[in-house]
Amino acid sequence: MQSPNQLEISRRDLLISSTATVAVTGVAADGAAAQSAGKIMDHTTKVSFTVNGERRDLDLDNRTTLLDALREHLHLTGTKKGCDHGQCGACTVIIDGRRINACLTLAVMHEGDQITTIEGLGEPGNLHPMQAAFIKHDGFQCGYCTPGQICSSVAVLEEIKANIPSHVTGDLTRQAHVTPAEIRERMSGNICRCGAYSNILDAITEVAGTRA
Amino acid sequence: MRAFTYERASSVEAAAKAAASNPEAKFIAGGTNLLDLMKLEIETPTHLIDVNDIGLDKIEPTQDGGLRIGALVRNTDLAAHETVRRDYGLLSRALLAGASGQLRNKASTAGNLLQRTRCPYFYDTNQPCNKRQPGSGCSAIGGFSRQHAVIGTSEACIATNPSDMAIAMRALDAVVETVKGDGSRRAIPIADFHRLPGDTPHIETVLEPGEMITAVVLPPPIGGRQIYRKVRDRASYAFALVSVGAVIQSNGTGRIAVGGVAHKPWRVEAAEAELPNGARAAAHVLLADARPTEENRFKVELVERTLAAVVSEARG
Ligand SMILES: Cc1cc2nc3c(=O)[nH]c(=O)nc-3n(C[C@H](O)[C@H](O)[C@H](O)COP(=O)(O)OP(=O)(O)OC[C@H]3O[C@@H](n4cnc5c(N)ncnc54)[C@H](O)[C@@H]3O)c2cc1C
Ligand code: SF4
Repeated sequence: MQSPNQLEISRRDLLISSTATVAVTGVAADGAAAQSAGKIMDHTTKVSFTVNGERRDLDLDNRTTLLDALREHLHLTGTKKGCDHGQCGACTVIIDGRRINACLTLAVMHEGDQITTIEGLGEPGNLHPMQAAFIKHDGFQCGYCTPGQICSSVAVLEEIKANIPSHVTGDLTRQAHVTPAEIRERMSGNICRCGAYSNILDAITEVAGTRA
Repeated sequence: MRAFTYERASSVEAAAKAAASNPEAKFIAGGTNLLDLMKLEIETPTHLIDVNDIGLDKIEPTQDGGLRIGALVRNTDLAAHETVRRDYGLLSRALLAGASGQLRNKASTAGNLLQRTRCPYFYDTNQPCNKRQPGSGCSAIGGFSRQHAVIGTSEACIATNPSDMAIAMRALDAVVETVKGDGSRRAIPIADFHRLPGDTPHIETVLEPGEMITAVVLPPPIGGRQIYRKVRDRASYAFALVSVGAVIQSNGTGRIAVGGVAHKPWRVEAAEAELPNGARAAAHVLLADARPTEENRFKVELVERTLAAVVSEARG
């Protein structure tokens, strides 16, 4: 704690100390805190999660999306910001085995989660089979949507294995199979403005085939 | 985005109490609609209550043979659930026709029911919109209204409810269970849950401020052919222009709820009574009071054709 006569008192410290005493000045009241359930709350929150196998502890402005935390705070810039509104899929990452849009979730909502980004799937010299297949089949042109496409593809094959149906699954009571129609439908949340779709489909089909 | 404080609720009661004590607070579930709108400062809560970790993520049978779906069950899990696939296929189909795989992994049952309209003027903060800013006017009336409602509209707003899931819930007669800040609970039939725009298009449901959804309950299965047909501008990952959710029995009777045409899932029991006389007869009753704009007049015929396709699929 800071000594009482220290001049440089941060607003955060002021708020913490004001919980112990009666708020004698107006400063604490117009500070960045809100009162809820007897707790003083701040506009920042501590959060710990694991990214690509490494534990990360952050103290973030509550507004920080998971996407911005990854890119701006952890400097994992493989995950891309496209539309920032969940419409393009460039920010797709895998959390506890499930793909999501990192732009439409707050970083502070991921306490304890296991997050995998494109950097965690593979690296130069040790590529994930899906990364290798995208290169082999030329599944990109400019490459901007590619990290999201690859994270999504890896998760799509797991979803089919886990018996999650899709819009094009014929019989809901049966397990879906890997077919071009299933892959296209399941990949529709990843937009590629270069239009590399048919090569992306070839890459995913190959990985699905070799894994079966 | 405006700054806000954040708490991870520890229980249903704590979450409801926190909401009751702060009128500017909002619950956050998947965040896929709320954060989208907060980025545009269309939603500006000063406090977020995270309800993801309070045990509302279960799907359980009810005593009378129905199904209780926790408010936080993800759209993916609900669509993939064995009982839902077998007994409430319409619900699986409607969920799978919505959004993308990534979004369905986050989107929750409650959040889906409460998602707001996709009216482009609602999203454009430079334009008047009674729903976003009460009293400012409606830009869609006389503007681009191809996607908008054709029935149940008002002079104040012609927006649609964009949820696919809600159409299935309406046809299946689901019941929304809630808790208020004082701990009292109630059960709201889905038919009464969403409101028509009237003079207050910014009030979209009958939920009271701070009231939290805990579950959505389905009555026992009713069998029949369950079909969800969604007509949209692309084959996947687009909101409906028109959608039809139907449960058709082998004797030709059934239930139909229609999406993309109104501020709430549109279901008219008198129209269902016409079903044995064919899609055309049913559609005429369903949309008898339609007041389309020049730009969305096509929806009236599209509903009839989509319903015809559904009826013939059910027979086939
Ligand atoms: C690009 C895109 C495409 C989409 N396409 C479709 C589509 O084709 N069809 C479709 O149906 N939907 C579509 N959606 C919408 C999507 O289904 C919704 O965003 C999602 O269902 C919202 O759920 P959520 O849990 O993320 O809600 P949140 O964003 O967390 O919350 C939404 C609202 O519900 C409130 N809330 C959440 N939980 C509770 C609770 N337990 N009690 C009370 N209030 C609560 C929140 O305060 C907020 O006001 C699309 C979304 C995007 C971004
Ligand atoms: S239709 Fe409703 S949501 Fe759209 S501009 Fe008019 S008032 Fe706003």
